[in-house]
Amino acid sequence: MADIVFDGGDFARLAAVPLIPLGAFFVQTLVGRFGPRKGDWIPVGALAIAAALGIFEFAKCLTVWNPGFRVEWKEAFDWIPGPAESRASFGILYDNLSATMTAAVGLIAFLIHLFSVGYMHGDRRYASFFAHLCLFSFGMLGLVLSDNFLSFFACWEVMGLCSYLLIGHFSEKPSAAAACKKAFLTTRIGDVCLFLGIAILWTRLHTFRFTELWDAVPRVLAENGGAYPGWLVTAGLLIFAGAVGKSAQFPLHVWLPDAMEGPTPVSAMIHAATMVAAGVFLTARAFLFLSPEARIAVALVGSFTAIFAATIGICQTDIKRVLAYSTVSQLGFMIAGIGVGGIAAGLFHMVTHAAFKACLFLGSGSVIHAVHTQEMPQMGGLRRRMPITYGTMLVSTLAIAGVPLFAGFYSKDAILSSTLVHAMEHGSILHALPAIFLFTAAGMTAFYMFRLILLTFHGEPRDAHKFEHAHESPWVMTVPLTILGFFAVTGGWIFGENWFLELGKGLPGMVVAEGEAAHHEHEAHGIAMWGSIGVAGAGILLAFAFYQWRKFSAAAWAERWGPVHRWVKNKYYVDEFYLATVVRFVMFLTAVQRWFDVWIVDGLVNLVGGIGRAAAAVSGWFDRWVVDGAVNLVGWLTQLWGGVARLFQTGRVQTYVAWGVAGAVGAASVVLWMA
Amino acid sequence: MERIAFALFAAIAVGGGLVALFHRSIVHSAFALMGTFLGISGLFVLLGADFLAVVQLLIYVGGILVLILFGLMLTKPDPSERKLRRVLLVLAAVAVPAAILVARIASAARWAAAEGPLPDPKPAAREIGFLFLLKDAYLIPFELAAFLLTVALVGAVFLARQPHPPPPGGEDR
Amino acid sequence: MSLGAYLAVATALFVLGLAMMIARRNLLYVLMGIELILNAANLNFVAFARYAAPAGGEAALRGQVFALIVILLAVAEAAVALAIVLHAYSLFDTVRPEEPDLLRE
Repeated sequence: MADIVFDGGDFARLAAVPLIPLGAFFVQTLVGRFGPRKGDWIPVGALAIAAALGIFEFAKCLTVWNPGFRVEWKEAFDWIPGPAESRASFGILYDNLSATMTAAVGLIAFLIHLFSVGYMHGDRRYASFFAHLCLFSFGMLGLVLSDNFLSFFACWEVMGLCSYLLIGHFSEKPSAAAACKKAFLTTRIGDVCLFLGIAILWTRLHTFRFTELWDAVPRVLAENGGAYPGWLVTAGLLIFAGAVGKSAQFPLHVWLPDAMEGPTPVSAMIHAATMVAAGVFLTARAFLFLSPEARIAVALVGSFTAIFAATIGICQTDIKRVLAYSTVSQLGFMIAGIGVGGIAAGLFHMVTHAAFKACLFLGSGSVIHAVHTQEMPQMGGLRRRMPITYGTMLVSTLAIAGVPLFAGFYSKDAILSSTLVHAMEHGSILHALPAIFLFTAAGMTAFYMFRLILLTFHGEPRDAHKFEHAHESPWVMTVPLTILGFFAVTGGWIFGENWFLELGKGLPGMVVAEGEAAHHEHEAHGIAMWGSIGVAGAGILLAFAFYQWRKFSAAAWAERWGPVHRWVKNKYYVDEFYLATVVRFVMFLTAVQRWFDVWIVDGLVNLVGGIGRAAAAVSGWFDRWVVDGAVNLVGWLTQLWGGVARLFQTGRVQTYVAWGVAGAVGAASVVLWMA
Repeated sequence: MERIAFALFAAIAVGGGLVALFHRSIVHSAFALMGTFLGISGLFVLLGADFLAVVQLLIYVGGILVLILFGLMLTKPDPSERKLRRVLLVLAAVAVPAAILVARIASAARWAAAEGPLPDPKPAAREIGFLFLLKDAYLIPFELAAFLLTVALVGAVFLARQPHPPPPGGEDR
Repeated sequence: MSLGAYLAVATALFVLGLAMMIARRNLLYVLMGIELILNAANLNFVAFARYAAPAGGEAALRGQVFALIVILLAVAEAAVALAIVLHAYSLFDTVRPEEPDLLRE
C-alpha cells in the first residue's frame, strides 16, 4: 500500500507549515512597519510558502490513498523531558484529516491575506493587522498538526488571543472594543471546560497524545464492562463544551455575530479557515471520548443551533450579520453530523463550507468596500457594477443553499443522510429530532441566502448616490474571490464521495456500515438527496417570491407576525438573558465582596447614596413602564438588572486576583475529585 | 546539622514573610522581605545551588529591594495603607482549601524523588556557565533573556518618563 | 531533609505572597507579593531538580537554569512594574491599588 514513504524531509516540511507563519509574525511585529509597503509581503509570502508546502504534502497523502493512513513524528520537541508519565513533548500527527485541513487552511488563509492587501489599504494599523492575521494562521495550522492535547490547547489559546486582537482592530469604536471582549470571555468559558477535560484525561491516562488516548479508550471500556465510566463521560462533555465555545454553538453562540465588528477579512478568517473550524476539528478528534448519550447531546446541540441561527438569519438586514448567523447555522450542521456518527460527513461539510463561506465573506467585504454600508436595504442592483463579485457570490450562495452539482450539495447531503440513518437505526423521536431540525434548517438556509443575493445585487438601486460610487474591486480582491468561487463549484467533486466518504472511514470512531445497515444507508442517501433538493428548491422559490417577483410583501409579513418577528430579530433576547442571569450572577459574587468592603469601611455614607440610587432606579422604572408598555418588558427588565449589577463590578485588580485564585482552587478540586 | 540549618533558614524565610505581610509600616515590611530573601538564599545553598544563592543575594537584596525602597521614597504614603484589608478573611477562606488541596496533590503524586541522605552536591557555577555558553544547551534562552532585559529597561524608562498617557489610539506610528 | 519539607516552605511563601498581593493597600505591596511568589516557585524548581537527580549532572542543573531565568524575568518585571507604579502615582496621586478602577467601565 505504502509505496510512498514519509521520511524526515516530509516531516520537516510539515513542521515548517506552522512555523514559517510564526516566524513571519515575529519579523512583521518587530520590523515589518519599517519595511517597504509596511511589510505586508512578509506574512503574505509566508502564507504562500506554507500553503504550497501543505498542498504538496496533501498531494503526497492523496497518492497513498489509504483510509488508515496515519504517520507520526513522535517527540519532535521535548518540552518537559522525563519518564513517560510525566513528560510533555510535541510532535506531528499527520493523517487524512490533518492533511486535508493543512492544505485547506493554508490555501484559504493565504487568499484572505492577499485579499486584505486590498481591503485594509490605508488602514492606520496596517502592519500590525498583518502580524496578527499571520499569528492566527499559525494557531490554526499548528492546531491541525498537533499530535497531543497540550500543543493543541496552546494553539487553541493563541487563536483566542488573535481573535481578540483582530475583532478589536478598530478599537476606537466602542462596539468593536466590547465585541472583542465578549468574544474573548465567551470562548473562555469553553476553554476552561476544555482544559479541565484534558486535565481529567491526563490524571487518568497519563498521556496527552491523541493516538495513545484513542488506544486507551477500548481498554478503559473493557475494564468497565463496556460502559463509559463517569470520569470519561465528564471529560468528553467538557471537551465538547470547549468546541461549543469555539464553534459558537448554542448557548455560547453569542460572540460570533458580534465579531462582525472586526474588519471583513477577519470575519472570513474566523468563519472559514480558523477558529470555528477548530471546534469541529476538536469534536472529530475527541469523538471516541464521547459516550453514546453524549453523542446524542452533541447531535441535539448542533441541530438545534442550526435551526435556531437560521431563523435569526432570516430577520437580519446587515449583510455581514446574515452571513454570521448562517455560519453559526452551518456549524450546527457539522456538529450534528459528527454527533450522529457521520464524522466524515461533518468534516466534509467543514471543508466545503470553508471555501464558500470565505468566498461569501470576502464578497461581502468587496461590496462593503464599494458602497460603504453594511445595510442591505441601502443596496440593490449592484450586479451591473460588480460583475465578478456578483458571480462569485452567486456561485457560493448556490453552494451553501445546496443546489445540486455545487459543493455544499454533496456535503450537506452527506450530513442529512447520516442523520436519517441515525433516526432509522434507533427509531425514537429523540434520535429523529436532528434530522427534522436539519431538513428545516436546510430550507431556511436557501431562503435567507437568496434573500441576501436578491436584496444586494438584484432589483433597482435603492440608494442612487451609493450606487453611482460603487465600482469593482482591485485584482488583489477579485482573484481570491475567483479562486474560492472555483472551489465552491468544484469542492464537492474534488473531495466528495471519494475523498471523505472513502478515506474518512479510517477516522477514529467511524463505524463502517455493513449488511442491513449498509442497506439503510443506501436508502437514506436517496431520501436525503431528494429531500434536500426539495427543501432547497422551496427555499429559493420562496425567496424569489418575496424579494424578486414581489408576490408577497416582506414588510407586511413582518407586520402580521409582529411580536414573533421582533423576538427573532432581536436574536431571541439571548444576550439580554445572559446579562440578566450569568452576568448578574457574577456581579452578585462581586457584590458579596463589595458589600464586605462597603459595610465595614465606608459605612453609612454609601447607604444614603444607595437609597438615593434605589429611589432613582424606582422612578426610572416607573417612567419606562408607563412609556414603553408590556412589549418591552423583557428587554427592559434585563437592562435594569444590568444597571444594578454594574454598580457592583469593582474594577479593582486585587478583587479580580482573589477570584482568580478561588477559581484555580475550584478547578484543581474538580480535577482531583475526578482522579 | 543539615536539619538544624534547614530549620533555621526556613524559619527566617517564612518568619520574614509573615512580618512583611502583617507589619503596619511598609518600610519594615520591605526590610522583613530582605530576611525572606536571605533565608531562601540559605535554602538554595542547602540544595546545592551555590551559584543561585549568590545570584539571589545580589539581585534580590541588592537590586530589587533597593528598587522597591526607591519606589517608597518617590511616592507619598497613604495613611489608610497601615490597615490590612478585611478581604484577608476572604483570602483565608481561599487559602485553607488551597493548602488542603496542595497537601492532597503532594501526597497523591508519585514523584521520582530520591529519599534519605543525598550525595553531596557539586559546585554549580562553572557547569551553568558551560550550559549557557559553551554547550549551546541554553544559548537561545540566554540570548532571549538578554534581549528581554534590554526591552524591559527601555520600556521602563519610556514609561517612567512620560508625564501623561497618550490619547487613546494615538500611539500608532 | 525530604523534598516535602522544601515544598512546604515554598507553599507557605506562595500563600504569603498571594495574601500580600490581595490584602495590602499599597501598589508596592503588590510588587513585593509578586516577588515572593516568584521566589516560592524558584525554591520548587531547585528542590525538584535536586531530588530528581541527586547524582548531579545536567538534569540537576536544569532546575537551577530555570530558576535563573525566572530571576531574570523578575528583574525585568520589577523594573517595568515600578515604572508603572510611578506612572499610576503621577496619574492618580495615590498608590492605593483600589484607586485605579477604570476597568470597571
